[in-house]
Amino acid sequence: MVVVFFSYFAFASIAAAVLTVALRHPVHCGLALLALLVHVSGLFILLNAEFIWAMQVIAYAGAILVLYLFVLMLMNLKTDDRYFHSSYLYFLVPAVIGSLYVLALLVRSPFGGAKGDATTAAVLQDGDTHAVGIKMFSDYLLQFEIIGVFLLGAVIGAIVLAKTPKPIADKRGE
Amino acid sequence: MVPLSAYIAVGAVLFITGMLGVLIRRNFIIVLMSVEIMLNAANINLVAFSYYLESMAGQLVALFIIAIAAGEAAIGLAIIIVVFRGKISTNVDEMNLLKW
Repeated sequence: MVVVFFSYFAFASIAAAVLTVALRHPVHCGLALLALLVHVSGLFILLNAEFIWAMQVIAYAGAILVLYLFVLMLMNLKTDDRYFHSSYLYFLVPAVIGSLYVLALLVRSPFGGAKGDATTAAVLQDGDTHAVGIKMFSDYLLQFEIIGVFLLGAVIGAIVLAKTPKPIADKRGE
Repeated sequence: MVPLSAYIAVGAVLFITGMLGVLIRRNFIIVLMSVEIMLNAANINLVAFSYYLESMAGQLVALFIIAIAAGEAAIGLAIIIVVFRGKISTNVDEMNLLKW
């Protein structure tokens, strides 16, 4: 059953990613990106990461994508004919060949490493949100604060950048 | 049981797709969307390793990546608005003010 869900989410997200890159109209690209984000969040559910799933749906699909669509609608873009780079085949062919090689390597190789302390049973006992919260506010507190300051700076920077500049004549008039 | 390498393969394919989008698309907003695809591929890898190696660290880094993606989208779209106000174009080939 898990295999069925995994293959659905995997193929749907890959198809949505290809559509995001290949579609002509920017709003259609945004909607394909929405499909990609939702299907990737389904992969997170299969990996017992409910909190990441919720963050993906709320922050990515809810906030970031709305921001993208808002700017797209605001700017009223025209779709121009030459929307790919002029020599994109030179990028496309080596990338496809290289990615097939990497895929063949990845599917064959075993991955291992030192196991941590968050076993599936331990995570499922109190829920994923509990486990993430305990870890974040004990071992990762400094990183959490840094991310908070970073987001504050990003918000201030976005407001300063997008503010309508005053005409120069107004400033001289004072 | 889905093997770990299947998740890694999905992440790799998504990352290559996003990188191709950054390289061949000419619309600045689509380029930013392709960056989001690459960040999502990294998130899949982190959460998959977190599950299979039974460690919580991967999920936390995935959360931080989501926060950084939010900041990147806000700043990038603000820059697009500034450029669009001045030049009425979002084609990355025509943005060459910083080129010496």
